[in-house]
Amino acid sequence: MHIVDGALSNPVLIGGGVIAAAGVAYSLKKLEPEDLPRVGVLSAVFFVVSLIHVPLGFSSVHLILNGLLGIILGWAAFPALVVALLLQAVFFGFGGLTVLGVNAVNIAFPAVMVFFICRWGITAQQQNLAKLVADALFAIFFVLSIWASVSLYETYQVEGATWRVSVNSISLALFAVVMIYGYILYRRKILSVAGFWGFLGGSLSIFFTAIMVAISLALSGDEFAKAAEFVIVAHFPVMAVEGILTAATIQLITKVKPELINAVR
Amino acid sequence: MTQVLGEVSQSWAVKNDQSRSEAFLKSLDPRVRLVSCVLLAFLISAMHDLGALTLALGVGLGLSLSSRLPLWTTIRKVIVVDSFIVVLMLTLPFTMEGEALFSVWGWDASKEGLYRAAEVGLKANAILFSLMGLVGIMEPSVLGHALYRLKVPAKLVHLFLFTVRYIDVFYKEYKTMRMAMKARGFVPRTNIHTLRSIGYLIGMMLVRSLERSDRIMEAMKCRGFDGRFHILNNMKIETRDRIFSVCAAVVILGLLAVEYF
Repeated sequence: MHIVDGALSNPVLIGGGVIAAAGVAYSLKKLEPEDLPRVGVLSAVFFVVSLIHVPLGFSSVHLILNGLLGIILGWAAFPALVVALLLQAVFFGFGGLTVLGVNAVNIAFPAVMVFFICRWGITAQQQNLAKLVADALFAIFFVLSIWASVSLYETYQVEGATWRVSVNSISLALFAVVMIYGYILYRRKILSVAGFWGFLGGSLSIFFTAIMVAISLALSGDEFAKAAEFVIVAHFPVMAVEGILTAATIQLITKVKPELINAVR
Repeated sequence: MTQVLGEVSQSWAVKNDQSRSEAFLKSLDPRVRLVSCVLLAFLISAMHDLGALTLALGVGLGLSLSSRLPLWTTIRKVIVVDSFIVVLMLTLPFTMEGEALFSVWGWDASKEGLYRAAEVGLKANAILFSLMGLVGIMEPSVLGHALYRLKVPAKLVHLFLFTVRYIDVFYKEYKTMRMAMKARGFVPRTNIHTLRSIGYLIGMMLVRSLERSDRIMEAMKCRGFDGRFHILNNMKIETRDRIFSVCAAVVILGLLAVEYF
């Protein structure tokens, strides 16, 4: 997920830095001094959480949980992530100093997006609307997956599939599969309504992050185009993992301490 | 001292207490170190000449050596970081178009790609070493104070200091909870049960952290918190800092000269 120093071109680095600075400035302006301990303590928790490794097949992935971060912190995700990334870059050597801005935008921007897309579904008082939208989303994902698999089949039939076309369709199909998986968990009552929206938030944020990492790689030069496609495809298992984790966390929070979701504005 | 953030700074703190033989770099003003490191990093990331980059790597290694980083921790760190870079370096020759040098299983490795891979590897390591030598040895809180003195927005610095302060607390809490799970026979595997259990663990940590942050806020209000933090660390520029600044400027200009002439 982290891009290392030295790979990206200068315009991308500068652009990322400027966007990150703008995001941090805006969210710091919104942040009340009263909320500082809350945000600080929560970002410490997220830093610790990012050290947890979850087994995945033969290897393991470490968590990012920017979806959960976005749902709980909202705009404050920007400074919290900048702090965490700075600490990681300086004391662990992960990421890097010059790519700090790009990495922060790639991780924090999806978090804020998820805050706007998914939070209302978690906090909704009347759950009917949240349920309805969940069903509608399922229909969309279902159509999407069929369309993607048909187009994948056709490209194989017609032209023997170039890598680029097949990657696009594969990632579309996999995206739909992960989402449908979440919906099935919700239908089987493993996830509650809030849990489903948490799943959506957790997996969508990883998806957006993967896409933004791919974009920043692809903008830096044609030689990274394949790496960029690889990044997107490689993140689908992580999407599912983070989705379920976020869903479980959200379910616990809505039962034990619902005010946590509104802790920071 | 924050344990999670590394043994590097910890071992420094211990050594500092026992003997006064500090490395020259450690006695410098943190602001000077931070600014020169940032300038150096951005310069390195903007360079393209392999000769200049090799020189920059030499500078980075020199900085790391002269700040007497603990050997094994540093090597472990470098290996972890380089394992990411190696993947990129191995694929780059094959994905970049250009004059073919050799081919493996029908994939042509291009000269341009090889050059680009060397560039990325040198850049990443040069920046890593100078970062470790100049800033990585600082106490995290001192880094926060230096950021504050460099006019980074106060709220961001306070957030930084809060995070640094509580990372260790929550890491301990995390370890305790993992121990409790282990005692009840929890073994992480690839299944929903594992994900749900870890999700609950994270949720519980968040719940506890919120309660703790409320207590912190109350304690702060009780001591008259009015939205300002007073950073007590007075940093002073001394002669040795001036000398180092001049040296850093010379090195940076030298690297620029090698790059462009």
